[in-house]
Amino acid sequence: MRLRLLKVSLVILGAGLSGCTEGILATHGPIGASEKILLLEALITMLVVVVPVILLALAYFWWFRSTNKKAIYRPDWEYSGRIEFSIWMIPLLVVLFLSAIAWTGAHDLDPYQPIESEQKALNVQVVSMDWKWLFIYPDLGIASVNELAVPVGVPINFKLTSATVMNSFFIPSVGGQIYTMAGMQTSLSLQITDEGNYEGLSAQFSGDGFSDMHFPVLATNQAGFDAWVAKVKGGSESLDQGVYSRLADAHKTSGIEHFSSVDNDIFGYAMRRSVGPVALNPERGAKTAMANDSMALGMEH
Amino acid sequence: MFGKLTWDAIPFDQPIVMGACSGVLIGILGVLALITYLKRWRWLWTEWLTTVDHKRVGVMYTLLALVMLLRGFSDAIMMRSQLALAHDGARGYLPPEHYDQVFSAHGTIMIFFMAMPFVVGLMNFVVPLQIGARDVAFPKLNAISFWLTAAGALLVNLSLGIGEFSRTGWLAYPPLSELAYSPGVGVDYYLWTLQISGVGTLLSGVNLLATILRMRAPGMKLTMMPVFTWTAFASNMLIVAAFPILTVTLAELLLDRYLGMHFFTNDGGGDPMMFINLIWSWGHPEVYILALPAFGIFSEVIATFSGKPLFGYRSMVIATMAICLLGFTTWLHHFFTMGSGANVNTFFGITTMIIAIPTGVKVFNWIFTMYGGRVKYTSPVLWTIGFIVTFTVGGMTGVLMAVPPADFVLHNSLFLIAHFHNVIIGSVVFACLAGLTYWFPKVWGFTLDERLGKAVFWFWFVGFYFAFMPLYVLGFMGMTRRMNHYDHPSWNIYLYVAAFGAFLILIGILLQIVQLVYSIWTRERRRDETGDPWNGRTLEWSTPSPPPMYNFPVLPIVTSVDAFWEQKRNRVSTEVQTFEEIEVPKNSPLGFFIAFFAVTGGFGMIWHIFWLGALSLAAIIALIAVFAWDEHDEYVLSPASVKAMQTNA
Repeated sequence: MRLRLLKVSLVILGAGLSGCTEGILATHGPIGASEKILLLEALITMLVVVVPVILLALAYFWWFRSTNKKAIYRPDWEYSGRIEFSIWMIPLLVVLFLSAIAWTGAHDLDPYQPIESEQKALNVQVVSMDWKWLFIYPDLGIASVNELAVPVGVPINFKLTSATVMNSFFIPSVGGQIYTMAGMQTSLSLQITDEGNYEGLSAQFSGDGFSDMHFPVLATNQAGFDAWVAKVKGGSESLDQGVYSRLADAHKTSGIEHFSSVDNDIFGYAMRRSVGPVALNPERGAKTAMANDSMALGMEH
Repeated sequence: MFGKLTWDAIPFDQPIVMGACSGVLIGILGVLALITYLKRWRWLWTEWLTTVDHKRVGVMYTLLALVMLLRGFSDAIMMRSQLALAHDGARGYLPPEHYDQVFSAHGTIMIFFMAMPFVVGLMNFVVPLQIGARDVAFPKLNAISFWLTAAGALLVNLSLGIGEFSRTGWLAYPPLSELAYSPGVGVDYYLWTLQISGVGTLLSGVNLLATILRMRAPGMKLTMMPVFTWTAFASNMLIVAAFPILTVTLAELLLDRYLGMHFFTNDGGGDPMMFINLIWSWGHPEVYILALPAFGIFSEVIATFSGKPLFGYRSMVIATMAICLLGFTTWLHHFFTMGSGANVNTFFGITTMIIAIPTGVKVFNWIFTMYGGRVKYTSPVLWTIGFIVTFTVGGMTGVLMAVPPADFVLHNSLFLIAHFHNVIIGSVVFACLAGLTYWFPKVWGFTLDERLGKAVFWFWFVGFYFAFMPLYVLGFMGMTRRMNHYDHPSWNIYLYVAAFGAFLILIGILLQIVQLVYSIWTRERRRDETGDPWNGRTLEWSTPSPPPMYNFPVLPIVTSVDAFWEQKRNRVSTEVQTFEEIEVPKNSPLGFFIAFFAVTGGFGMIWHIFWLGALSLAAIIALIAVFAWDEHDEYVLSPASVKAMQTNA
């Protein structure tokens, strides 16, 4: 009964807050949806305590005003064991409950954990640049700048790094974000359930072009995705190390670009290139590169 | 000869900047002219610039904070108006390269040069009076601390007209803040400014700790200290523990930028993420450095105006010290999205939530203090109630973001901006303005106008909700922080409302100035002859207002928590029978001179005028050496002169 009440109020609150079609409450994927539920659960749990506390403060403030002679007058009252006990226990219990939510939530929604699905996951490698996004589809041998296309219902495994400064890869209406960092690799699992055109962006300030660092996310059915892939493959541009360097070194915003073919391990090249020439030289840079590998591993738990 | 400094450093082509600069220059020249006209230079030098009296140092800190509030707030108004304009293809009036400086300066100035000096100033003024001491432990060092902070504030504002300020946000995350991505002098301004003022803050922390531990009045055990002093104690322990981390972190970034080292660079084996860990190991305690004294102010205010002792003194002290310790265990919650893994994230999420327990206890304690009391509706009490309501909401949204998956969607959004303004304005700013009204009569001997004071409160309070509640909604709608322009028609209305809220707060700030001017104008009829206008409970109210330079002609004997209340209840006569000799420190220009060379040295280093940097450093070392040998830095007031000063007061 209580659970149902909670669910009903969650739905009402969610509907009230997500009157809009964009943002983190208008979720179009399982990860974002779970994150939203968790957020609202925590919010409601706290409201149960916070609202009475605020009301109590206002009530005492009003009732014990200096002009109210009807109020109890106890000018020396400063201690009550029972009240002291309760005021430690109330926040303690709330925090215990929230800790449990945080524990299970953080483990269930660990961005590194692949989404269970009967569908084979789609791998996408992401490189943030000044001030644009490069998406590489290693299994399909294609890449695009500032346009991410994915089929709905298919889990997507993102591997992310940065060519320059730190950014944060975020598609608000699909699910939570993860940093992109030079020389390091992070992972993110997302899945989109509804077809549509969503907005992805950088949530970490990265310099003058930061505000234009957003990209369309085209979520279509498999046929639509295949058509997109075919369109990209029909192009003539190829992403090799030279083209990658041109992209990475141009410190400006960019429109959409497509690459019909991609060099092997261009993502690995991106990882090594951004930590500098030392790591690129296999003899001199062995130690440095290893140090950075272990850093990347550290990021992987 | 002049390093990177050329005439190009002055942005003649930017009308907004030049307008602001000339405004500031005219203001400064006006003040200087006024001082000259009134022939007050000698008075200014002997009474203020060279003073080592903790009360006057505290006043100067507060004045600095109020001036910097105006500077930081004008940045805020620019940001809000830019975002109200720059949508649907329009780019507003602040291009990114300017806008990025504005938000970086806003954060840096509001934290380091508004909130910090305000809190440190109040601690400086109040703590020695509350513990029945005649001064701080190291008066001359205290003046140096203030002047170093002022030097930092001057350097920050120099960047407005000479060169540029940092464009990397208030914490200057590398690699963006590294030479490769920020080759200009902006980040150097940021770094040298904070290094100089950071040393001042650290010294002030050492000083106040020593004062609290060593100089309490006879009989005052630790467990009899007023709660504000307890919170100051905790806050200064945090300063002493945390500011060295800041200094070292910024020094490493300086080494990267000046000597080509690789602490935080992408290449050469540097690790930018180490900076983020380190800066937040300072940054999160910093939140409590500011918030704990704020809690202390509210504790004093609510007890005094309820006419009751604070409910649960012991709980309050335990909660304060718990927050002090736990503040060091939560830093990673500022970057759950770095990908540290579920176990690490959960650990820091839970430690963060645990802080909510002692904080929640405090909220209950303030509420129960009102129970059975007779609450007077003065403006400090209004601030306190406004704080309880606002801070509870802000605390709640903070705990919300301590749940890692919730943070994955809220991180770096306007929800976060709303949250930390919710707690910082709700606690620190409200507390400082409450403290200003509460202790003003102690400082100057007359009270502030209450009607205007209440108007200030209401404009701030209502303005705050208009300005920041829309940002929570925008965070839910997916708007990230530090955006310069956007094309989301559904966001517009919320940003208009937020801009309106900022406008309301502006009226509040202007009314604050009106209140100060009006109250000074009408001071004769608002004089407080008693020294105890609020029927106070702690020792600062037992001495005349303004207090004599030695604070207490005879050190009070303390037997309970509310020492002065106890004296009044037992009708202990405050009439002094026999006066004693009192040693007082002499004025010293050391702090002023050190700050002078800190400014020239910092300026030299920023612009790569290395000879100037080296020369200034040598001058500072020489000054310290010369003054260290000065053994006659105190003088003795005879009993007769103490008696004369007492009867005059």
